[in-house]
Amino acid sequence: MARVEGEVLPGGAASGHPARLLLLGLLPLVLLAGLVWLFLAKGTDLVGTSGAPPDALLKLQIERVTFASHQILATVRNVGPVEATVAQVMVNEALWQFSVSPEPTIPRLATATVAIPYPWVKGDPVEVKVVTSNGLTFTRNIEVATETPRPGAAAFGLFALLGTYVGVIPVFLGLLWFPFLRRVQERWFDFFLSLTAGLLVFLGVDALAEAFEVAGRLGGPFKGVALIVLGLAGSFLALVAIGRQLRGRDREGARARLALAYFVAVGIGLHNLGEGLAIGAAYALGEVALGAFLVLGFTIHNTTEGLAIVAPVTRDTARLGHLALLGLVAGGPTIVGTWIGAFTYSEPWALLFLSVGAGAIFQVVYEIARFRAADGSVLAGLARPRNLLGLLAGFLIMYATGFLVAR
Amino acid sequence: MSELSRRQFLRWGLPGVASLAGAAALATRDAPAGGPSATSASRHEEHPGMPGAGKIPDLHPPGSGKQVDPMLFLTHFDWGMTSRLADGRTQREWTLTALEREIVVAPGVTFPAWTYNGSVPAPTLRCRVGDVVRVKFANEASHTHSIHFHGIHPANMDGVLEQVPPGGTYTYEFVADPFGVFLYHCHTMPLTQHIHKGLYGAFIVDPPKPRPPAREFVMVMNGFDTDMDGGNEFYTVNGIANYYVDHPIPLRVNEPVRIYLVNLLEFDMINSFHLHANMFRYYPTGTDLERYEYTDTVMLAQGQRGVMEFTYKLPGRYMFHAHKTEFAELGWNGFFEVLPAEAKA
Repeated sequence: MARVEGEVLPGGAASGHPARLLLLGLLPLVLLAGLVWLFLAKGTDLVGTSGAPPDALLKLQIERVTFASHQILATVRNVGPVEATVAQVMVNEALWQFSVSPEPTIPRLATATVAIPYPWVKGDPVEVKVVTSNGLTFTRNIEVATETPRPGAAAFGLFALLGTYVGVIPVFLGLLWFPFLRRVQERWFDFFLSLTAGLLVFLGVDALAEAFEVAGRLGGPFKGVALIVLGLAGSFLALVAIGRQLRGRDREGARARLALAYFVAVGIGLHNLGEGLAIGAAYALGEVALGAFLVLGFTIHNTTEGLAIVAPVTRDTARLGHLALLGLVAGGPTIVGTWIGAFTYSEPWALLFLSVGAGAIFQVVYEIARFRAADGSVLAGLARPRNLLGLLAGFLIMYATGFLVAR
Repeated sequence: MSELSRRQFLRWGLPGVASLAGAAALATRDAPAGGPSATSASRHEEHPGMPGAGKIPDLHPPGSGKQVDPMLFLTHFDWGMTSRLADGRTQREWTLTALEREIVVAPGVTFPAWTYNGSVPAPTLRCRVGDVVRVKFANEASHTHSIHFHGIHPANMDGVLEQVPPGGTYTYEFVADPFGVFLYHCHTMPLTQHIHKGLYGAFIVDPPKPRPPAREFVMVMNGFDTDMDGGNEFYTVNGIANYYVDHPIPLRVNEPVRIYLVNLLEFDMINSFHLHANMFRYYPTGTDLERYEYTDTVMLAQGQRGVMEFTYKLPGRYMFHAHKTEFAELGWNGFFEVLPAEAKA
């Protein structure tokens, strides 16, 4: 290998001049613009393609279907390469009247709302199909038609109650393990911390799986997997950085333990936001008959989250105020999630919420693993038998209680 | 026989023709007396140059944005270019050209169709039993095609083994036999594709003594698989979904009506026709003038056809549709507007 160190590029001496620097920075962009112009003007002939993509590539996606009295509303997004026009609408294999706002011709990536005056039957499945002007069809099946709650005091109250049941109450119930955890022997502390990590790993994987499911439904231009990586890595790294600032030099003191508890709460809160989103959307879209059993399942499943939050602070005399705040940070977002999911569900945002939640959770797992490792090495901490056992136990608890909410 | 000695042109794609008034816009022209007679020597050959056939009767000019009006199609029977042969028989000549055309199959929805002469269904060809039928076929599409007529004819006139490549021509010639309602369609593999893309039409052979006078309609039942998934999105009669709902067919009280009904629906096993508030005499395949079924609903598989005759006794708006209700709700639906007898158009 030739040595290049110490070599100076020609012109390097003058690089300090601001105008010249700007020029050098813009040069590639100017050349790129010229190239784009050249290609658009002539290049399409050179590569033997016509400028416009073929009509067969038109793609619409029915993102959301809601039901009002004698009316079906479908939110249609154009996820194809060019604008597309909704020309006909079929409901349950019948041509039906409809109107589109703002315009039947939907620009790329934009959405339009298709209103269909249809006497739908409560509890029946409904198939909504839009036909483009070139005859392509795009379908959305709703398993159970049910009137969509409209934003209003009653609906907000209903979903707040639902969120409280599946998110807030269980977390606070879990926090009540605090006195128990304080009394168990010191050497079991690590076990419960690892158990927490195991619970969290499950939640993170769960959120990621959900995110990938949404990514599969998202249109190509949104690049769902890239959005997941963005949300996951972004929230993980941001929280790691914030953690360093908050903790300062104190790596094992009471302040660090409380900070860790808050990190756990924030991570779980973000996860619960995603969970609330899914519950609210499913409930609103009638895709899940959210029976009492399912609510109960979520309640049991989420109780373990409280345990995870208090585990780091069991050796400290935590103030009641802190405990209440931890519970709210972790459980409260469920309510917000159900609201968003029920009233303004949008797939790209749902995906981002889920992956941000997953990133936050993995950051907490990382913090926990570092927390008890004397040399700060993650693997050394996890590899100890008791910790490994705790990790697996936590994961299995979540896995087992997860059966209660299987859809 | 004067109506047989002239040829009729239909002015397709008239601007703004949606009413029956447009149906009157038929231009007729007398054929040259004692026109060219075909000899048996030229019958079964291809005609690569085909002088005189340079002008393709394109019924659907590209870019015109106009399309065959189903209301005009309904009453248009193309008797062809008529000439008297040396042996006294009548010869009828048509030119059918395979063309690829974007057609409208439902309001706002287009379909990249394969057509004969630019329309789906293709023009309704009509003759009398015993006439010499000559159909010059020119393939101006980008795929191989053919024309397969139903009825009795020689094997090499059957349009199965004699395939016509793009740019090629072929002349089908046979004696119309027997009388009845028939169909013609492309018989190139894959057959499903060549039919569902639109290469089909009705072929009517009149009995020696014409049927009693009546308002006559042709109705070709079909479907369109616009998203190419092997199933129809739209069902129509005469090419545009729900056309006769938006444009009811005017009739008169006590006016005898005759419908030549042909089913060319692809993908689905059956199709049907149901007439509301009335009964009709149904002559299966139209090959027997005596025997009929008195009913209000008939079921047809692909390729089946028949003649329906009925009269409305009371004025009002009467529905007709496939009694396969799914097809009806996806476009195979229409109305007769029965007007009082005294109201003259």
